[in-house]
Amino acid sequence: MKPRTLYDKLWDDHVVKQREDGTALIYIDRQLLHEVTSPQAFEGLSLAGRAPWRLDANLATPDHNVPTENQEAGVEGILDPVSRIQVETLDANCDKFGIVEFKMGDSRQGIVHVIGPEQGATLPGMTIVCGDSHTATHGAFATLAHGIGTSEVEHVLATQCLIQRKMKNMRVEVNGDLPFGVTAKDIILAIIGEIGTAGGTGYAIEFAGSAIEALSMEGRMTVCNMAIEGGARSGLVAFDDTTLEYLKDRPYGPKAEQWDQAVSQWRDLKSDEGAFFDRVVKLNAADIKPQVTWGTSPEMVVAVDAQIPRQEEEADPIKREAIERAYQYMGYKEGLAITDIKLDRVFIGSCTNSRIEDLRAAAEVAKGNQVASSIKQAMVVPGSGLVKQQAEEEGLDEIFTQAGFQWREPGCSMCLAMNADKLGDGEHCASTSNRNFEGRQGQGGRTHLVSPAMAAAAAIAGHFVDVRDFVRQQS
Amino acid sequence: MEKFTSHKALVAPLDRANVDTDQIIPKQFLKSIKRSGFGPNLFDEWRYLDEGQPGQDCSNRPLNPDFILNKGRYQGAEILLARQNFGCGSSREHAPWALLDYGFRCVIAPSYADIFYNNCFKNGILPVILDDKIVNQLFEETFVSEGYQLNIDLSSQTVQTPSGESFSFEVDEFRKHCLLNGLDDIGLTLADADSIRSYEAKRKETSPWLFGVVK
Repeated sequence: MKPRTLYDKLWDDHVVKQREDGTALIYIDRQLLHEVTSPQAFEGLSLAGRAPWRLDANLATPDHNVPTENQEAGVEGILDPVSRIQVETLDANCDKFGIVEFKMGDSRQGIVHVIGPEQGATLPGMTIVCGDSHTATHGAFATLAHGIGTSEVEHVLATQCLIQRKMKNMRVEVNGDLPFGVTAKDIILAIIGEIGTAGGTGYAIEFAGSAIEALSMEGRMTVCNMAIEGGARSGLVAFDDTTLEYLKDRPYGPKAEQWDQAVSQWRDLKSDEGAFFDRVVKLNAADIKPQVTWGTSPEMVVAVDAQIPRQEEEADPIKREAIERAYQYMGYKEGLAITDIKLDRVFIGSCTNSRIEDLRAAAEVAKGNQVASSIKQAMVVPGSGLVKQQAEEEGLDEIFTQAGFQWREPGCSMCLAMNADKLGDGEHCASTSNRNFEGRQGQGGRTHLVSPAMAAAAAIAGHFVDVRDFVRQQS
Repeated sequence: MEKFTSHKALVAPLDRANVDTDQIIPKQFLKSIKRSGFGPNLFDEWRYLDEGQPGQDCSNRPLNPDFILNKGRYQGAEILLARQNFGCGSSREHAPWALLDYGFRCVIAPSYADIFYNNCFKNGILPVILDDKIVNQLFEETFVSEGYQLNIDLSSQTVQTPSGESFSFEVDEFRKHCLLNGLDDIGLTLADADSIRSYEAKRKETSPWLFGVVK
């Protein structure tokens, strides 16, 4: 048999029917649902008199709109009436159709891309979709996972399938040891800086190489999460012992003899030797430094010790214009160093960086320090109720609050500012989220994407600092 | 879904690369549980000088006079001319809903983000891909001649300029078929229900741990 990539294998395993026009009907093992992109899908289903094809393939939770304070009040605690209706609509739809939902107040509630893996609802070899582009996160478990629109949410509810055309294969190889203070977030930001925000369009990206193999599952999730910021709907990492260890004893994972059977299938979830990739990109881990985005697209990223790029250095006129617009939006003068950017707010959270290891990394930096007085707000938002519990058992909440950070309740929060957590006009924010688009975190807000440790160090300094120097000075 | 066969209409040029779906429709408007009514908030942050709120009457809001869609000569445009990687970022289908609700039936760009591209077809919007050079030419022609219209014909897969120049574009056969006929693809997929059931039965046998657990 011809050697196949991991993506080829996942694709082949899910073809229900290959059509003559080159499209295929692909079976979907898991659909995650949240309140923002599902109401119109449920409505469509009802209007057409259709029922969900397979209830147990779905798992729902509200995350985008939920407030990060006073969650024990449940839906009643949502002060914005429009947001409240959306969460109530999800609750009503899940109750009506019989879909399992972790409602507000349930300790298992959280960001969809955090709770799926946490519960073992994300398992190797699956196809996973959600009406959210960061569904790519689940690819860290050797799954084929990608975001879809609401029409396709309805399509999957009604048929358990999607009509797809196969993507191309890209392999991004990161080899060598990551330097001290450099994290999974810096890897993916460096990759996006290299391939550009449309570099992965039309591809499924497999992340490989010794630096990826050395990452924990949480690190791999951070990398796959931002595949979409590089243009790829799906990111993937091969199954290995790290995956296996993470999955043991997860509530929805296989048990007893089914576990052994599953593991023997999962062992094959890797690209074969000699499999063909349409594009290969290689990075040397040793060359990666802590990254900071300076502009309004994730590809506008440099190392923390760099200066903001000058417009005249860019040859491509369309890119030059984009740089000019970003300068204007971000309010820069020429030749500013990254470490000179003064910050107003700091956000540690989102489906990219709100898991326990992210919080530990930020707490390690925050411990015994104080958030700078010039920072209006520094908030930590855990990815789920269970992450929050775990962090509290470890005393991380106290470290944060003693350092002057706000310790909040789980949700998407300031990543996209659909709830009350947002930036004011012109404010600069060090954020562990995934998008620095204009207005993303609040109208006129200026986002800089960084790792959790870099965000914590920036909160303490009041401006960006190289977390490597920061930690060395502390010790 | 409304059919798309051919469409001759006024063109509005949005001369920016990497326009993301957060720009097309900002997050506060995603709180709606409907598919319609997003048109007044299309490109909200660029179009108005104040910050928009869901449910607000937009007719009295201060317009940004510099934004292209606010120029008198582009009123009534149904074709949006755009730059590379249009629709990147969030998967929100509210983006094509907003474009459609505003009146756009077609976008022309050198490239699109995958999810946005797919979402357009589900809503009767045709996203045409043309070579960079041709897109450049169309931008120039749109800027210099007021009332510039293009004729988009899906059956023949061509874009025709007022001077009679014609450019052909590629489109997936299945998507073309659905757009031309305004078909709901759920119905088409359900015609294969037996294939889905037999696939599912086999999968249940080989990977039983994927079934009956989340309940």
